[in-house]
Amino acid sequence: MLGTTRSAKWGAIAGRAMGIFVLLAGILLAAKLCAANPPSDNPVPNIFEPHSTPAESIFRLSLFVLFITGVIFLVVSSLLTYVVVKFRNRVANGAGEPAQVYGSTQIELAWTVIPILIVVVLFLATARVIHAIQDAPRPAAALEVTAVGHQFWWEFRYPGLGIITANELHIPVSDPAHSRPTFLKLLSADTDHSFWVPQLAGKTDLIPNRVNEMWVDPQRTGIYLGQCAQYCGTQHAKMLLQVSVDSPEAFEAWVHAQQQPANRSEKAIAGRRVFEATACVNCHAIGGTGATGRFGPDLTHLISRSTIASGAALNTPENLRLWIQNPDAIKPGSLMPAMKLSDADLDALVRYLETLQ
Amino acid sequence: MSSDVMTIQKARTADRPWVESLHEWVTTVDHKRLGILYILYALVFLVIGGIEAIIIRVQLTRPHLDFVSPQVFNRMFTMHGTTMIFFVVMPVLFGFANYLVPLVIGARDMAFPRLNAFSFWLTALGGFLLYFSFLGGNGLYGAGSAPDVGWWAYAPLTSRAFSPGHSSDYWTIALMVSGFGSIGTAINIIATILCMRCPGMKLSRMPLLAWLYLIMAGMVILAISPLTAAQIMLSIDRYLGGHFFDTQAGGSATLWMHFFWIFGHPEVYVLVIPAFAFASEIIPVFSRKPIFGYPVMVGATVCIGFVSMSVWAHHMFTIGMNSYANSFFAITTMAVGVPTGIKIFNWLGTMWGGKIQFKTPMLFCTGFLFQFLIAGLTGIMLGAAPFNWQLSGSYFVVAHFHYVIVGGILFALFAAFYYWYPKITGRMLNESLGKLHFWLFLIGFHLTFDVMHIPGILGMPRRIYTYEPGRGWELWNLIATIGAFVQGIATVIFVMNLIVSYWKGQKAGNDPWDAWTLEWSVSSPPPAYNFASIPTVASRRPLWDQKHPEDPDSRYE
Repeated sequence: MLGTTRSAKWGAIAGRAMGIFVLLAGILLAAKLCAANPPSDNPVPNIFEPHSTPAESIFRLSLFVLFITGVIFLVVSSLLTYVVVKFRNRVANGAGEPAQVYGSTQIELAWTVIPILIVVVLFLATARVIHAIQDAPRPAAALEVTAVGHQFWWEFRYPGLGIITANELHIPVSDPAHSRPTFLKLLSADTDHSFWVPQLAGKTDLIPNRVNEMWVDPQRTGIYLGQCAQYCGTQHAKMLLQVSVDSPEAFEAWVHAQQQPANRSEKAIAGRRVFEATACVNCHAIGGTGATGRFGPDLTHLISRSTIASGAALNTPENLRLWIQNPDAIKPGSLMPAMKLSDADLDALVRYLETLQ
Repeated sequence: MSSDVMTIQKARTADRPWVESLHEWVTTVDHKRLGILYILYALVFLVIGGIEAIIIRVQLTRPHLDFVSPQVFNRMFTMHGTTMIFFVVMPVLFGFANYLVPLVIGARDMAFPRLNAFSFWLTALGGFLLYFSFLGGNGLYGAGSAPDVGWWAYAPLTSRAFSPGHSSDYWTIALMVSGFGSIGTAINIIATILCMRCPGMKLSRMPLLAWLYLIMAGMVILAISPLTAAQIMLSIDRYLGGHFFDTQAGGSATLWMHFFWIFGHPEVYVLVIPAFAFASEIIPVFSRKPIFGYPVMVGATVCIGFVSMSVWAHHMFTIGMNSYANSFFAITTMAVGVPTGIKIFNWLGTMWGGKIQFKTPMLFCTGFLFQFLIAGLTGIMLGAAPFNWQLSGSYFVVAHFHYVIVGGILFALFAAFYYWYPKITGRMLNESLGKLHFWLFLIGFHLTFDVMHIPGILGMPRRIYTYEPGRGWELWNLIATIGAFVQGIATVIFVMNLIVSYWKGQKAGNDPWDAWTLEWSVSSPPPAYNFASIPTVASRRPLWDQKHPEDPDSRYE
């Protein structure tokens, strides 16, 4: 749905396919090839194509780890190959047993000490990155967002700005000129979830009764894809996530639009009555109306989002209608009930929702 | 003398009604029969778990495929994981332990034969209960339902609010019951190895198989106990109003994670140490050399046993532990790599300078060495906590642990099957079918699990029943599914080989591999109570001493 054309996709795949034969070499190669891709609209959430400081420092650490493990792999697998070829039994070797060797203290000491040294080096590099990411100071200019995981969608609250939205996180770009990182406070309303947008940062879980934190500072605008990475129930697969990194101006405009109360024009009054008179209000909120439910996504500016059902379908009138009528057709197992409205009510309701710009 | 015993047995087994022989198998307390029961039981579940894997792979062949519903898919991966860990690998390893440990230490049976039978039947009941959930999961209402909470069963998915009905209870009770069985067998293995060794078999002369099973059994007791405790706590939550893991009443989701992984990580080593044991017996015999650095091999395994008890939270790097905890678990995780590396080098040292015979068991051991090396290296990557924040919960992790369990443990197990089948049945497995099985399985394995690392790197999480097109995941998933079918075909060939060779296989004789440990000194299959007269040993390779009286091992130890 958010993908590029088929040929471009297959081109990218063929480009990466070179790496599959020797696994570790393959991973290294894939990293290089992917890093060379144009990042236009980021259809592939590749961890080796980072656009934010945490993902970037993880990427550099992984190159170091891949290099060391790659060297170990080459050395040991060549040894194994050599042994298999050189010492396989041949008729020319004649009968009789080979020399019986029971061990060698020097050699065994060597292959104990060398791995210990490697582990020390790897650990120091790792600890440095852990500290740099987890203990980073929070600048005063940072944007605060609270992300709440629900079965099976994301709630985003901007406490300083008075905005509540769902599934599509908007944050400002944080280029060197205007450093404005975003600090996310991660909560869960029900089961465990995990916030993972690979190009921005590693994942952090959202766990009930626990407050977790992470931060990102995306350095270029665009849309970044991710999804829930901790099994959370039937529709874990369609708990998709997208982060829109906006230019400072675009972000201000988005904030301003989101801060407006819901459209109250009389044009779709019939649909609004349907909404307010049915169980919709138990779960959904629309700012400035009597609907204050918090179990489902806030619908105040529903039409400003490009997808519904946490990324499971594009936000079109047809999809909205189908979603209200039969959610299982789009996302079987979602907690949205089928509303069983008459056709007339359904049309009116969709017309009303379409006004929630 | 052993041939006398054989003829007596044959006379007794002839012309009996099948009910009587069934009754004998059900009531047996003989370690060899219980070993075979464990192995057959595990093979049945291997086929079931394999079918579940195929269903998972078919569903993921293409994006937005509708082969099974999300509900069924979630049950499939839960049952696949639970089955393969608890009802395939554990029992098959206990089966080999039961069969081989008394034989290699020169004993006539396990220390507690009745406990042995009791433990097997508990394990068997556990597997039955788990699968009965398909029928009984929802009790009286509606269709049945198997557990769908993932094999970690993370809280609060298992609380009554999120898991109504009884499917989670079947999962809990199945693991609790089979856990008691595992603890019983572990106690039995420890007691047997410590108390039943034949004269002359000091601890320093025990075959590595016995040493490694001793360490494995100790770890089983330490690892299974917290799991059983957690299952009891979960049942209290679900039925007696407890709130250990019930987050809606203030319980802790992370408490379950700690309990589960304090079991779960040592469990990996519980499964892999017997694989090391098989490799340590098979590689020397087919290289025609003694194991290189025996004391270091024992020491490294003990070291793995201890260190692996302090690495569990590397499964939890993403739960928001502070930077000190993350650093601690990163270094302990990487530290396990050192003794593991030593073992790989010592196996290479054993092969170095030998005359390696590439019969099927050795082929599988070579595959084991190669794949276990890669599994260890991807493990180091996952141990680097920040890298783990990207990779954990993705298909990279799925590829990594299948490299450990299939590429490592299962390959070593196949080697063990080809190596000891002649001892257990008296007939050789067919060598050509064995080689076909090896090459097909090797190709299928690498098709599936090599490429599976890549969608993980491209951001594909595990446990999703379908995925979006256009994210660069399609090709890799398609190849992985093709590989799964190749592995399936190879497994069918293996099972056919097991069945056909039982009747048609070439007669094995006592010692078909010209091996050196005590099990090869008795007839194949070994007579009741194994040894007519208890042997006395003077070195680690008693049969070498017997075959080379001019140059016995006992001179060098």
